[in-house]
Amino acid sequence: MAVFSVPNIQVKGISATVPKQVEDNNDFALLTGPERALFIKTVGIRYRHVAAAGVTASDLCLSAAGKLLADLGWGAAEVNVLVFVTQTPDYIIPNTASLLQEKLNLSRNCIAFDVNLGCSGYVYGLSIVGGLLQNMPGAKALLLVGDISTATISMQDKSTAPLFSDAGTATALEYSTDGIIHFNLQTDGKEFDDIIIPGGGYRNPLNETSLEYTEYEKGISRNQLQMKLDGIKIFNFGLREVAPNIEKLLLEKGIEKDSIDYFVFHQANLLMLESIRKKLKAAPEKVPYSLYDYGNTSSATIPVTIVSELREQMESGKVKLLLSGFGVGLSWGSAYIETKNIVCPKMIEI
Amino acid sequence: MELEDFINKFAECFNQTGASAFKPETEFRKLDEWGSMMALIVIAMIDADFGKTITSEDLKNAGTVASLFEIVKNK
Repeated sequence: MAVFSVPNIQVKGISATVPKQVEDNNDFALLTGPERALFIKTVGIRYRHVAAAGVTASDLCLSAAGKLLADLGWGAAEVNVLVFVTQTPDYIIPNTASLLQEKLNLSRNCIAFDVNLGCSGYVYGLSIVGGLLQNMPGAKALLLVGDISTATISMQDKSTAPLFSDAGTATALEYSTDGIIHFNLQTDGKEFDDIIIPGGGYRNPLNETSLEYTEYEKGISRNQLQMKLDGIKIFNFGLREVAPNIEKLLLEKGIEKDSIDYFVFHQANLLMLESIRKKLKAAPEKVPYSLYDYGNTSSATIPVTIVSELREQMESGKVKLLLSGFGVGLSWGSAYIETKNIVCPKMIEI
Repeated sequence: MELEDFINKFAECFNQTGASAFKPETEFRKLDEWGSMMALIVIAMIDADFGKTITSEDLKNAGTVASLFEIVKNK
């Protein structure tokens, strides 16, 4: 049973921070001019925000969280739960959430831990925080979700380099008997190597060959510590799984598709997302995209899209959202959530 | 599903290659415009218009438009 509901939870605010440094896919040397034009038109990504050396996902999330706490008027001591979803932690050990607890001056009584998920991570993170808050009446939580995926890719790999961008986000949640979120979460580990960094873990530890580059085909060279992405398999995965996952959630929870204000998808690939939108028969104006300006920010794409495309609507009234994340794992899931007048600051650049 | 309909829809995926270039015997992977982006566009078209999923192996195994049509038809 992957369809379930988490009552007693409300989202109170969402913020996002991206690096100031921007790269333009029109300058990407591994593609010809016509290839770049077709890539931008088809995949939908033009600009990518790239973290400077030394800036981590936790730094971006720290910025987003600091602004959100200030705008909400929440004191640091009020936060009882911090969950950090990332695949680019500060260290292998310890977990980065502990460092964030300290940097945000949160209480020593705060629960804090990391979750290693990517594209599906925001939806999973909401379910984890919601589950924790169930038994904590009056509690407040921060869900920090972000990645610096650009640090994991080879600039000699045209199958990944023009896709990824960096961002850190913060979502504030609170125990509330008025709120409920519905979820449909799924996993298929059989395809675990469709998106993978094969080396540097404990299955294939770092060794003298880890940094050696291999040319897999023209324009695709990388080492064992860099991300491999099987574009066609992931594309087919998205076409096959996402719409049925959402349809099942809506059917089992009795939610009318037409009542949804916005479908916010993981920003993977415009062609894939438009195919999914058409399968769902969702109107174009209900499906916002941020990938032209912000690229694929991995776990952060859903809150980045909310902040960049829906900020005014989120702040000014009730909004019914269907969120859907899908990718690395393979892991995917959707969430139905209703918000009202949440705090949603403008995109922060640092 | 008819071959002619498939060829027409296949041709519509391309921007620079004229429709007249597409015949049953056309070796599409040898076209200048063919590449990884075109593969995704063709996959999306076959999914949307014919309700079938094709893989990268299917595209490699299909020498011509007609053989791709047969692969799709037999899915």
